[in-house]
Amino acid sequence: MKFLEHTAKEIFARYGIPVPRGVVASRPEDIVDPPLPCMVKAQVLVGGRGKAGGIRPADTLDEAREVAGQILGMEIGGYRVKEVYLAERIDIAKELYLSLTIDRSARQPLLMASAEGGVEVEEVPRDRIFMAHVPAAIGIQPYVARSLRKALDLPKETSDQVADIARRAYELFRKEDAELVEINPLAVTRSGRVVAGDAKLIVDDNAEYRHPEYSEMDQGRTPLEEEAHDRGITFIQLDGDIGVIANGAGLTMATLDVLNLKGGRGGTFLDLGGTDDPQKVRQAFEILIKAKPSVILLNIFGGITKADTVALGVLQALETMGVRMPVVARIKGVNEDRAKEILRASGLRSAETIEEAAELAVNVREGGT
Amino acid sequence: MAILLTRSARVVVQGITGHQGTFHTRAMIDFGTKVVAGVTPGKGGTKVEGVPVFESMEEAVRRKRANASIVFVPAPAAKDAAIEAVEAGLKLLVIITERIPFHDALDLMPYARSKGCAVIGPNCPGITTPGQAKAGIMPNHIFLPGDAGVISRSGTLTYEIVNAMTQEGLGQSTCVGIGGDPIIGTSMVEALALFQRDRRTKRIVLVGEIGGTAEEEAAAFIAKRVTKPVVAYVAGRTAPPGRRMGHAGAIIQAGRGTADSKMKAFVDAGVPVASYPREVATLLSAR
Repeated sequence: MKFLEHTAKEIFARYGIPVPRGVVASRPEDIVDPPLPCMVKAQVLVGGRGKAGGIRPADTLDEAREVAGQILGMEIGGYRVKEVYLAERIDIAKELYLSLTIDRSARQPLLMASAEGGVEVEEVPRDRIFMAHVPAAIGIQPYVARSLRKALDLPKETSDQVADIARRAYELFRKEDAELVEINPLAVTRSGRVVAGDAKLIVDDNAEYRHPEYSEMDQGRTPLEEEAHDRGITFIQLDGDIGVIANGAGLTMATLDVLNLKGGRGGTFLDLGGTDDPQKVRQAFEILIKAKPSVILLNIFGGITKADTVALGVLQALETMGVRMPVVARIKGVNEDRAKEILRASGLRSAETIEEAAELAVNVREGGT
Repeated sequence: MAILLTRSARVVVQGITGHQGTFHTRAMIDFGTKVVAGVTPGKGGTKVEGVPVFESMEEAVRRKRANASIVFVPAPAAKDAAIEAVEAGLKLLVIITERIPFHDALDLMPYARSKGCAVIGPNCPGITTPGQAKAGIMPNHIFLPGDAGVISRSGTLTYEIVNAMTQEGLGQSTCVGIGGDPIIGTSMVEALALFQRDRRTKRIVLVGEIGGTAEEEAAAFIAKRVTKPVVAYVAGRTAPPGRRMGHAGAIIQAGRGTADSKMKAFVDAGVPVASYPREVATLLSAR
């Protein structure tokens, strides 16, 4: 679950991480008492807002409303700006960087910090970034904080605040099941305060059940993806026109890849998972059909479930929904010969391998048979 | 020989009374696995597929000398079940459960390791040593005993590839599904090291996918330490960046974890990469 800056900052504040004052608005006329002077910041789930003109200053209420009006409705990185955040403009003396992520290879949280913040961390030379693995069960020990202070080489009153923010960020990272907590810039003001200039937060989707309060947040999904998500179906809309449905994430990806090699383009990533429950199969097809594919390409490797049972389930789903578009099906597994007979008897195109199925799908789309 | 799982394994099924647990207990027994016990709190004293069910892992180990466990319990209870297994002294833990929170895996993995317990998964199809034993959910009929070690981040895609290998007469020493999550117990490199040491294994198949850097690390390890021929496949070359492709770990983030990067790493390490899943078998028979 990705968080917009202003919701992330709300959570930061809950953990005692200092954030500049700010208000959110979705219409210019709703802006009544913004902190002034302020920065008007587009609230979207992608980076690069500044470069796209989505972060601009305003000195007066009128100016804030005018700038907000210009930013609202903009499109940044494919996302429409629905909200702006008007944040107190801070007098920045220095920009730092701080983040917590999960290091997959080390199987540990990774604390990163740098005295060179305000730019993409990828652009900062490796030797200017402090990195420390934090064993999850142990947390940030005092020695890590000492190394952090030493590496950043800041005046004591600044580094005290940074170390405290790191500790609080780690607490947030653990308690909120975060994949990413990033503060960039972590701003040092001219008066010596250290505050979170920006806030990035991603919470693990698998932990949604522990944080039901976040489940309603807009994730930038298409309406159809939203519907699939609500029904517990793994579904992603893609650029192409061929509706791909398969079982298992790896096999679905591989099916899309093979289709591409054969000259077709997938319009959906739909993972049926390990189910042969006719109800679930039907729901999946409902979503698929709403995506209006030119052809449906079904690829099932029936490991546990019997191929003929899957074939019957698919037919039932297609018949009850009155599907008209052509379907190419490749179903492997126990009783696959019976499955093929069932499919052919109903006029579906049946294939032996993924390659053959992909070729057939491309062929059918181009008007062949 | 084989890696991690042999016929001497005495397997306990955690969550044996659930639909999946019961179904796969039968399938594992049919495969020849010694399933000696099941554990479901509150269901102790019953039997499932002829296998005695106990209240706790401690009891299962004491009464039945179980030495490996397979976990089917739902995600919210999986960390508890896994830690109970480690505490009971088991040395192999296969976690099938998907959607376990990352932070639970972050707690569990270093802990299991410190106790000398190897973990496979989570979010994996398990491990199969054809002709000996299976601790997992892979279909029985696709396997053939042989000399190829298989390592995969995926489930059904692995079945597809193993099935193609078997059709070509290329049997498997052990097939290990390491799991589709970002935090997993046995990494691709660790599984490679085990296959390199295993005398029975003469060649290795790697099935990777987008996300993370496991394949790049594997390629570097192969270049330095692996003398056996390796063939690879990478899923997700058409996957859009920033989207999680079904597996929690399958996501291209900040330009990292692309299929291109992984395929290039393999090719640079002298590992041929199949364009199509079935092509793995063809490439392998040429090695």
